[in-house]
Amino acid sequence: MTTLTTNYLTPTGREEAWRFTPLKRLGGLHDGTAVIADRRSLSLKGVAAEGVSFERISRELAAPLTESDDAIVGRIRENAADVAVLTIKANTEVAAPIFLNRSSGATDSAELSRVQIRIENHAKATVIIENSGDTHLAEDMEISVAPGANLTLVTLQEWDGKTIHAGRHHAIVDRDATFKSIVVTVGGSLVRLLPTVDFIAPGASCELLGVYFATSGQFFEHRMFVDHKVPNAKSRVNYKGALAGDGAHTVWIGDVFIRAAAEGTDTYELNRNLLLSDGARADSVPNLEIETGEIVGAGHASTTGRFDDEQLFYLMSRGINAADARRLVVRGFFNEIVSEIGVEEIQDRLMDRIDGELAKAGS
Amino acid sequence: MSTLEIRGLKVSVETENGSVEILKGVDLTIKSGETHAIMGPNGSGKSTLAYSIAGHPKYTITSGTVTLDGADVLEMTVDERAKAGLFLAMQYPVEVPGVSVSNFLRTAATALRGEAPKLRTWVGEVKGAMEALSMDPSFAQRNVNEGFSGGEKKRHEIMQLELLKPKMAILDETDSGLDVDALRIVSEGVNRAKAANDLGVLLITHYTRILRYIKPDFVHVFANGKIVEQGGPELADKLEANGYAEYVTA
Repeated sequence: MTTLTTNYLTPTGREEAWRFTPLKRLGGLHDGTAVIADRRSLSLKGVAAEGVSFERISRELAAPLTESDDAIVGRIRENAADVAVLTIKANTEVAAPIFLNRSSGATDSAELSRVQIRIENHAKATVIIENSGDTHLAEDMEISVAPGANLTLVTLQEWDGKTIHAGRHHAIVDRDATFKSIVVTVGGSLVRLLPTVDFIAPGASCELLGVYFATSGQFFEHRMFVDHKVPNAKSRVNYKGALAGDGAHTVWIGDVFIRAAAEGTDTYELNRNLLLSDGARADSVPNLEIETGEIVGAGHASTTGRFDDEQLFYLMSRGINAADARRLVVRGFFNEIVSEIGVEEIQDRLMDRIDGELAKAGS
Repeated sequence: MSTLEIRGLKVSVETENGSVEILKGVDLTIKSGETHAIMGPNGSGKSTLAYSIAGHPKYTITSGTVTLDGADVLEMTVDERAKAGLFLAMQYPVEVPGVSVSNFLRTAATALRGEAPKLRTWVGEVKGAMEALSMDPSFAQRNVNEGFSGGEKKRHEIMQLELLKPKMAILDETDSGLDVDALRIVSEGVNRAKAANDLGVLLITHYTRILRYIKPDFVHVFANGKIVEQGGPELADKLEANGYAEYVTA
């Protein structure tokens, strides 16, 4: 049991932000009952490229970049002794993706992890965080994208079946900067991620992409928030999910706030879910709040449906059997986003995993 | 030598107002190398015949038989029908997002041939089939039927006909929505497939113009769910002159 010096409210499940989450399955990450272990499981894979550094900085020297009223984030900040900081120096163009690896931990204790990714002025990089194995993890990741910088952040939740992972991935996007996030969640018992974006100067843009595949008993929640509080920023959200098996449950929340000052905003968000069997549940809630009419565009769409019989018929009429036809359709469904990762080895691995999830679901 | 035999075929669909019979007893025999044109007004059940033979789940066979060389087609799943040698060129080919033409064709060829075609020869095969139909090579990288024009969809169907080499092909209004040049290119593709594989063709159409390019051996007039008149190519000329009025009961 940890005691908090500041008073973060422990969620009860009645709060808007927590109403879908099965709190009992959070392993005590939210109420301070989790046993904390200092695992420092995040590491840089290979040698740092020119202009890139990865280091652990004590928390006194790495203050949070943003405030948060999230109870889990609060507990992480109270307890984590240091911060893993990845820095990409100004004007550096890193050609190859930077890989961060989070090794398997334990499920009888929880790691509280603070991460900062700082990409400086006019630098350009792709960062890929690979999560695998089993662990309990609470994660407070802050991403600062400096003026003119261009960051693609890929987070791969390829967990095994017992993982509990609650993470906030908050990006602060400055003038004329570009932030692209690709979230892949295909493993774990409970995964709850908050990819949020704060535009702090005009001309910035973000693209939040994601795929998830939940099978029997898995709960995956992705809750975005894009805060348009400055003029002329652009945001795109596109998340695609598949569900199969009894008790598979996914939640997608797309909150976009266009404040009065955010003239010239251009935003569109989309969530599509493919229900592959009975007994699965997909919650999808797009939510657009608009305080100014002087915008380029704002829209959202959400669809949840089953296999398209006409697609399956078309493929099968060319000799492809039912199982292969379904596999092609599911791969095709996810391909739009998976292909954005741009690393063939990872894309192939994810597609194989998706095939495996589909086979496991027996559909 | 193959024979597709349709006997007493009756087919219904479920609607909000209950079951409606669309095909009311169809008899038709097609042999390898023969081209049968089925002509009839809209709503006569021509497409239902095509989709019923291919096994679309929407249609319920209430009586009759369909056999290919004696094998019971109606007992087969949709993919088994294709493996038995049936092919349906669809009037409205379906979009399959995220699946490239090249991946789709190779998966289909692998399923139909029982083994993956050798990459080297396969690439040449696809390239040749695309060139023959005046299709741009970039076509192979596009997603199946996604954003295709009407003409591109039909060329893609006929490209599959040439690559997948069925015994019997049902062409469901392949001529619809094609301009004269595209109609000629697509028809030449059908004629190549006929010549190469001794293909039997069931050509479903509303209009006679495709019959200038694909010569039928037999013409069947279809109205109100059954064949109402049969003859040789001269019957098409009569339809061209008189239309379907005499077959449609007021």
